[in-house]
Amino acid sequence: MDDKLLKKRIIKNIKVDTKKCAGCRACEMACSAFHAVPKYSSVNSGRSRIMVLIDEVRDMFVPIRAGEYTEAECNGRNTYIIDGKEYNECTFCPASCPSRDAFRDPDSGLPLKCDMCEDDPPVEKPMCVEACTFGALTYEEREVWEEVESAKHGEMEIGLKAMIKKHGLKKVMDTVARVSKS
Amino acid sequence: MRYAETGYNLEIDLSKGSIEKVETNPKDMEQYLGGNGINAKLLFERVPPGVDPWSPDNLLIFGNGLLNGTSVPGANRVSVDTIAPLNGLMGHSLMGGFFGAEMKMAGYDRIVLSGKAPDLVYIAIRNDKVEIRDASHLRGKGMYDTACTIRKELNDERAWVAAIGPAGENRVMMSSIDCGNSSAARTVGPVMGSKNVKAIAIRGTKDVNLAHPAELWELTSKLRKQLDANPNVGDWMAVDEDDSFHHNNFSWGNARTRLKNFWSASLEERWRNLKYDHMSRQSGCWNCPKACHNVIQWPGRRRFSYKCYGKDTYHMASFQELDFTYEILGIAQDLGLDSYSTPQTVAFALELLDAGILTEKDFPGMPSDIRGRFYYLIHKIAFREDIGDVLAHGISGAAAIIGKGAEKYDHNTVKKFEQLPIKLGKLNPAYYLMIATGEDMAITQIEGSFPQDPIADPELREEFIRNWTACPDDKFKEWFRQWEKRDQLPDDAMCAISDWNECMHYLDDSLGFCGFVSSFRGQFGGTTGYDVWNMPKVVTHATGVEFDKDRIWECFMRNRTLVRALNSRAGLRRYMERPPEDHWAVRNEEYEQQLLTKYYDFKGWTFDGIPTKETLEKLNLDYVAEDLIKRGVLTGDEVTALNDARARKEKE
Ligand code: SF4
Ligand code: SF4
Ligand code: SF4
Repeated sequence: MDDKLLKKRIIKNIKVDTKKCAGCRACEMACSAFHAVPKYSSVNSGRSRIMVLIDEVRDMFVPIRAGEYTEAECNGRNTYIIDGKEYNECTFCPASCPSRDAFRDPDSGLPLKCDMCEDDPPVEKPMCVEACTFGALTYEEREVWEEVESAKHGEMEIGLKAMIKKHGLKKVMDTVARVSKS
Repeated sequence: MRYAETGYNLEIDLSKGSIEKVETNPKDMEQYLGGNGINAKLLFERVPPGVDPWSPDNLLIFGNGLLNGTSVPGANRVSVDTIAPLNGLMGHSLMGGFFGAEMKMAGYDRIVLSGKAPDLVYIAIRNDKVEIRDASHLRGKGMYDTACTIRKELNDERAWVAAIGPAGENRVMMSSIDCGNSSAARTVGPVMGSKNVKAIAIRGTKDVNLAHPAELWELTSKLRKQLDANPNVGDWMAVDEDDSFHHNNFSWGNARTRLKNFWSASLEERWRNLKYDHMSRQSGCWNCPKACHNVIQWPGRRRFSYKCYGKDTYHMASFQELDFTYEILGIAQDLGLDSYSTPQTVAFALELLDAGILTEKDFPGMPSDIRGRFYYLIHKIAFREDIGDVLAHGISGAAAIIGKGAEKYDHNTVKKFEQLPIKLGKLNPAYYLMIATGEDMAITQIEGSFPQDPIADPELREEFIRNWTACPDDKFKEWFRQWEKRDQLPDDAMCAISDWNECMHYLDDSLGFCGFVSSFRGQFGGTTGYDVWNMPKVVTHATGVEFDKDRIWECFMRNRTLVRALNSRAGLRRYMERPPEDHWAVRNEEYEQQLLTKYYDFKGWTFDGIPTKETLEKLNLDYVAEDLIKRGVLTGDEVTALNDARARKEKE
């Protein structure tokens, strides 16, 4: 038990109140501008990590944030029935997945994932939340305490840092991604 | 690199089936900004006078406002322009929502449709991939089914579909082009129908580039907060349940009857409940912090949404209550009928029946109750059956066909366009000028910046002046200070006020701003979202081209003068510039004509209302002057109105 420690972790959460969403897509605009290079130099909903599904007749206004990349389509899918209306199996899925083009960079085809607007210095609120004047998106931070195996993590970190120094962050990340898939 | 605009037009010749992405001249943006300005230039260059608006040679242009699809809040209007079959002049309409932003992100500033497809088609645009597809299976389909079917066929839930309903296919004058909760009317629908285009579906995933990223972001973030917090912007009808203004002051039926004491507290309560019991939510347009569309779920109907005065037109034309509008509006919209002109046309037809000019025989099988009659007639009009085939020409057109004195019942049109049903007592000179000369054919498209009424209390008046950030020039403050009676201000003030009101609309329409965050909302409270001071800053940071108040004002004058020249060339003359004869009970023809002359002079136009050669050249519109001279519209020697011999005679 000696090498286990308690560590504080911040869980970042965006609460979505679909009833308040006006479908203005300011969140898409802001997300894409923030992630543009240089920052704010362009707007492109296609690059946004949040997308708003709008269907006025069915009163569906649902902002969805991009989640994990998945390599293969789901074997089994869900059909949602909400208020007696049936929704497409993949409608509310946040994954960047080969079955569709949502949450993929339109040029490179690489998966897009919400990074909570990580930045240096950190932003006060994620950009989509900041742009949403309707209160449909609210940012929350929650603290959780987790047991960590400090020593091992420590060792791993040193090792990784050395590799990053040698090969660069991108290469290391690509390798980790490849290894974890195999 | 081009900023704010993409630098490309999508040119589609429907006769040939050719699709071309055409690079545009960056200088055009500097001169005309975008939207209606560049559309007018294209119409001037490519649709010569004499072209039948129904013919394949007419153009239908969806022109993005310069700032659409950027981070600038409240910029999303597409100017949909053509030569209107109703009167042969430029037909101009605005569509909000998402079509414009999506078009920008697909890589186009505008879509230019020419020619005529051999059979009904729809156009599918996904960035550079543009297809003309068969739409025969969509014939006769309503807006909603059309959009759903196309999205399914393209396997794209996020495509925005601008479509016409059966009314547009059948070239009904009052038909509109609808996209989601937004709509473009004023004779662009029938032109789309005449080109055999059922719909345009669009989706884009390209960057819209911005010239000064950090500065623009800072400015637009602040503006978004300001618009959100400012109660003077947005549509008050979406939030204020007291709608006594329209119901007590506007006319009911075929713009006939005023019910001055219609509104009451109990009615308001009843209507408020009706609204909130059936409203699913309020929705908005691309990147705007206001949400002006009330989304209504009425029993037995599909959900639909409405905005602004569209809430009142059906029940006021039929002397019913709000529940009737809720009942019929979704159906009328799905047929592709505009809620501004259609109810008036129906009321006009029923008036002719009462008057015996039309008879029961003209309305076979029509129910006897008023609601039933409205349903009956909107369907007859949309499908052009029986009398509907005549009414589909709009009130003016129908009156001319029917004859037998029907013309007298066409009492509320200007240049053949149906007007707001307002009938007042005393002439209001600024409104006289705006209604007479406005080429957007509706007073709501020209009024809006200078307050409608003076403030009596001197302290409140001074406070208003102090906070009047939108005011472009101190002279307006002086006039406002001395203003006591609505109709009493010097003539030059009336001219300048009309001009400023018009300026704001022209800038909105070329930049893409919604009137509710800009031109239409200055008249109440003086602090609208956009004005001639902050607009140039936004444009500068978005485009990288330095603009200031004077330069942007000049763009307005250029666009305004160009539209006038286009219409002068098409035959617009002084005698057509008349508000409805019964708009005010008390009129003064002599004074009105003198004022009109002064306004023409102020604008640099001739006594006939045509821009002079000198005026055109001052605005870099030399090519326009040359064309007008070549065609004999101008000799080139004309003087402005007040220097005309006829004006001197007028004075005597
Ligand atoms: S949190 Fe940031 S990255 Fe994630 S969707 Fe919102 S704006 Fe985009
Ligand atoms: S900004 Fe807010 S209201 Fe607008 S679409 Fe996004 S979540 Fe909805
Ligand atoms: S003010 Fe209303 S109508 Fe205008 S852009 Fe905003 S939401 Fe749309």
